[in-house]
Amino acid sequence: MALFPEMTVAENIGFSEVVGHGLRLVDYGRIRAIALEALAKLGVSLDVDAPLKEFPIAQRQIVAIARALVGEARVVFMDEPTASLTQSETDHLLDIVRNLSASGVAVVFVSHRLAEVLEISSRITVLRDGRLVGVYPAEGMTQSKITELMTGRTFEAKVRAAPRADRPVVIEVDGLSRPGQFSDISFKVHEGETLGITGLLGAGRTELAMTLFGMLKPAAGRIRLDGREVRFSSNRDAIDAGIAYLSEDRLSLGLIQAQSIVDNLVISSLARILSGGLISPGKKTSLVGKWVAELGVKIGKPEDAITTLSGGNQQRIAIAKWLATDPRLLILDAPTVGVDVGARAGIFDIVARLADSGLAIILISDEVPEVYFNADRILHMAQGRVVGSYDPRAYSLHDIEAAVYG
Amino acid sequence: MVKFIRTHGTESALLAVIVVISFVLSLVTDRYFTVGNAFDLLNTSSVNIIFAVGLLVVLISGGIDISFAVAASVAQYGTALFIAWIGGGNWAIGLIIAGSIGIGLGCLNAALIQGFAIPSIVVSISTFNVFFGLLMFFTKGVSIYDLPDWLTEHVVLYERQLADGSWIEISLPVLVMAICVVATWTLVTRTTIGRQLYAFGDNPEGARRFGVNIAAMRFIAFGWLGLMAGIAGLVQAHYAQEVVPNALYGRELDVLAAVVLGGARLGGGKGTVLGCVLGVMLTQITQNGLNLMGVSPFAFKMIVGAIILIAITLSNARIERLLPFLSRKGA
Repeated sequence: MALFPEMTVAENIGFSEVVGHGLRLVDYGRIRAIALEALAKLGVSLDVDAPLKEFPIAQRQIVAIARALVGEARVVFMDEPTASLTQSETDHLLDIVRNLSASGVAVVFVSHRLAEVLEISSRITVLRDGRLVGVYPAEGMTQSKITELMTGRTFEAKVRAAPRADRPVVIEVDGLSRPGQFSDISFKVHEGETLGITGLLGAGRTELAMTLFGMLKPAAGRIRLDGREVRFSSNRDAIDAGIAYLSEDRLSLGLIQAQSIVDNLVISSLARILSGGLISPGKKTSLVGKWVAELGVKIGKPEDAITTLSGGNQQRIAIAKWLATDPRLLILDAPTVGVDVGARAGIFDIVARLADSGLAIILISDEVPEVYFNADRILHMAQGRVVGSYDPRAYSLHDIEAAVYG
Repeated sequence: MVKFIRTHGTESALLAVIVVISFVLSLVTDRYFTVGNAFDLLNTSSVNIIFAVGLLVVLISGGIDISFAVAASVAQYGTALFIAWIGGGNWAIGLIIAGSIGIGLGCLNAALIQGFAIPSIVVSISTFNVFFGLLMFFTKGVSIYDLPDWLTEHVVLYERQLADGSWIEISLPVLVMAICVVATWTLVTRTTIGRQLYAFGDNPEGARRFGVNIAAMRFIAFGWLGLMAGIAGLVQAHYAQEVVPNALYGRELDVLAAVVLGGARLGGGKGTVLGCVLGVMLTQITQNGLNLMGVSPFAFKMIVGAIILIAITLSNARIERLLPFLSRKGA
């Protein structure tokens, strides 16, 4: 976002007052008035004198929209305004957008979240690979139709087939708690099983995952891996014990953007490619070759920068990086953020294959359909607790969505 | 009051530390907490404060410069040669010449950063060496003691004897410093240019997309620091009554430390003139107090370094967490 976190809300909204007029004194009173007027148009009240950094991301988004309205805007372009918002924040934002278009402002709303596109639009333009596929009235459109137009393929969404409770338990968590983040979490994941964990942002999902991964210490409760109780003093221990954790933010946490594909892929498993204490180029090449083929990653040369890959292919490399450590349990935290619809299906194909090969998987996502169609069991977390447990074969998607988003 | 503490956390903390240190020093030394000593401090801090407000502008814009102190030496030497050549001159001519040389050197930094897309730290490490090397090469390290009277004469603007017999005085450097401080404060808080500097330092790409002229911002920031450095150079020559080519060498890190102590962020977008002045005062008070206590000067830098580490740690921990009653609900 093109916002200035150290400056006040008023200055952020009224920034056009200080640009392009040459050198003159700042009229703070006028900037304040502009900010209040823009916020009033949106029907929002914020402390305009507070620095922007004190506000959460959802309200910063509102500030960005307010700024776009300064100066009698007739058309407002919003480029993925909901990308980092939770469902309730998104709903609030969509209300604001609705008010805006009711007041006569034209809005172009760019998003890959199809549900909100359907909810907010009167017309939908679909682009694929930089080409216009078509413009369609929103009336009568469905998510699966849009997906088909976006990818040129049809996707059959169905829940996973067989329960796997007969296989050995890989991880068992009993009464795990961390004050203020999550409490009394218990579950088991069997070999070949995928456990989905959903809930809104701030439900404690990521903190739970980081505790399983040894980066946070539980205040109470036990973790058993293959029947033995484990206590990790760092994530190094967790990796050695066979746990892999794909971070929720691929760009800043999951991959080292400045490095090549090959260096990113081997970073977690350097010990496996040593020869006499030094990195063996031969072993490195064969490790990379194996995983690139296994996951069907489309790359140029392994030495190319990771940034040359698309979002979906970057995510495959991030997954490969962890698979190269030969894990027993793979934790995927929001694995499809920033990945387009077509590539998402590819990633979940990989996840399903990994589960079939016997890996235990925990899939964390705030998009309920994602866990519904890709997990064997779904835990719903809210405010640090497990508030529901669902078998996707026994519940409809609508029921679970109502429970989570409602 | 509470609002000031909340919005000016760093400045309030610095003030509190200054009060505590002054109080402790006045207990352990009998001379410290006198009005006379306070005015002494103001007089001796003038040069560093002028440097500091200049550097602040560069830090706000997201840049860094370590060449300004030797640039000030170049300006000082050049001005001394120029006024010897025209045979006379006065403060106005001296300030114009020193300021112009300073602006020129600052703009050279900006041109290298902007034109070749080199990070400012790399540019200023290079120009630091180039400026100092050329200065020492051409002057052969020779100092100038034969300065005109107007430059070396001690100018007292206000003086008064106190009841206890000590004198307080405000000299010319304090006036120049005050003008520089007010000018910089006006620039960064009251003008449109200043707000664009903050925005550029805070989020360069955001500012660029908003139509902020990035090149202009760099030239203004480094040019302003150059101007301040030139002025500080001349004031230092006046204060020392001589021009020694390596007199200011090493000053850049003291000033940088004080400005960072005052709450400016090396990443840009943050920092206030008040914090910057307090940062210089705090380091100066500490040095002065240690001196009065008879602590070895070799310990100065170590102790100042420790104070900076503690201050940065505290300001990162955020004042709201130390004083929870100030934190806002529901923001």
